[in-house]
Amino acid sequence: MKRIVILGGGTAGTIMANRLRRTFARDVSAGRTRITVVDQDNEHVYQPGLLFVPFGGYAAEQLVRPRRRLFHRQVEVITAAIDRVEPAAHRVHLASGVTLEYDVLVVATGTRIAPEETEGLTGFGWQERMFEFYTLGGATKLRDALARFNGGRLVINVVDMPIKCPVAPLEFAFLADDYFTRRGIRDRVEISYVTPLDNAFTKPSAAASLSHLLREKRIELVTEFSTGRVDGESGVLASWDDREIPFDLLVSVPVHAGAAYVGRSPGLGDDLGFIVTDPRTLQAKVAPNIFAIGDATNVPASKAGSVAHFEAEVLTENIRRYLRGLPLDPGFDGHANCFIETGRGKALLIDFNYEVEPLTGRFPLPVVGPMRLLEESRLNHLGKLAFRWIYWNVLLPGRDIPAVGAQMSMRGKNLRG
Amino acid sequence: MTMATTLIAARDLEVDAEGFLQKPEQWTEDVGIEIARQAGIAPLGDRHWAVIRFMRDRYLATGQAPSIRTLGKESGVSTKELYQLFPKGPAKLAAKIAGIPKPHGCI
Repeated sequence: MKRIVILGGGTAGTIMANRLRRTFARDVSAGRTRITVVDQDNEHVYQPGLLFVPFGGYAAEQLVRPRRRLFHRQVEVITAAIDRVEPAAHRVHLASGVTLEYDVLVVATGTRIAPEETEGLTGFGWQERMFEFYTLGGATKLRDALARFNGGRLVINVVDMPIKCPVAPLEFAFLADDYFTRRGIRDRVEISYVTPLDNAFTKPSAAASLSHLLREKRIELVTEFSTGRVDGESGVLASWDDREIPFDLLVSVPVHAGAAYVGRSPGLGDDLGFIVTDPRTLQAKVAPNIFAIGDATNVPASKAGSVAHFEAEVLTENIRRYLRGLPLDPGFDGHANCFIETGRGKALLIDFNYEVEPLTGRFPLPVVGPMRLLEESRLNHLGKLAFRWIYWNVLLPGRDIPAVGAQMSMRGKNLRG
Repeated sequence: MTMATTLIAARDLEVDAEGFLQKPEQWTEDVGIEIARQAGIAPLGDRHWAVIRFMRDRYLATGQAPSIRTLGKESGVSTKELYQLFPKGPAKLAAKIAGIPKPHGCI
């Protein structure tokens, strides 16, 4: 019997389990292949919704579903913490003492925030005047703090890259502008966006549009700021080269790291705990029968659900090939597709890969779209809202989205000189 | 990415569009001194060299450039001092001077 073990039952792990179950449907039914998923809890959070929680958009319970129900019934699900992986022995040790043997291992344990890595961030004032919105608890506490905030300096700070959903901090800034405007106190709030990058975003073509939007919304942009420490008592953010930025309310996007067990697994991860992964085949460097997907990898693609979805198509095929002794398909191109909420009921849409920068044009079809790329529109915003339904009903069951393929398409994109 | 060769310290070297060496074995101390000078860092002191050697050793051993966090924790030079020695982006700048490919792009 072939044993496929998937570590992590989040976006990537759920898509993979359901896709593999379908690919090997007859083998699974006949007991020739077993698919097992391990996750530490039974709560699947719809992460794209976290951005809206601080502004009263979603209540916590609207974003959570029990994990187990999201898997096909023939997928075995184990709720347990992972202690470590032993790549040489093809074994996973769970914290409970149980050992799982595998023929193929898929690492899909994502990334977590590590606010304790920044001096002072989890000290005085943490979750009182200094917040994060990457967890349900953090986003909910920030919602209450924003409701009490009646004026002053709001600072949004990206501590370091890489981060999950690289556009989320910018969206937060745009939505904060909208939120304070709706409350009629925008003129009493100063908003600053403080980033370690040399521009508003990692991709230069999108950075131009996004910094224009920041100016239009009177959001100050501070670049090349490498956060060294935070002082929650005096309300100061300080860089390693001694620049200081005062704040009344800090929204921090803390350092991101891989899951803790990665550091206890020889050769599996890099120094932040991300799996060292081939960017085209998604095979881990440490062993040929280990693969990684989604936020857990170190591939230079965005850490976003759309990327996990596109990767899953290539990875399912590569696991099939691996088990048959065939050469792997170097088919993953870094394709990412992200809606960027810009406030006032509008959003931008960007579509790019390892080589091609976000371009203007129509998506997914030329001319008719219906969505516009790199341009604000109401329809893009509705697309982002509709995505929640697509997530639970199309993405997680491991189905394809019509007209949107794993490889990025140049159809409808305008090439600029 | 565009590749080119360039003449640094009288040697013909393979570099990427931003001037990062593509073949670490082509590096010499004189090459490092010249890249540093072009980046506005001269002369290189003992503390610079400690970081540069740590970067090279770690890269040659693991195939990966260490991140700023690893440098601060393991190179014997604090993060604060790293920013003084290699202003703005210590991990990136030290990698360039140490003659190893650019650390993984952050997306």
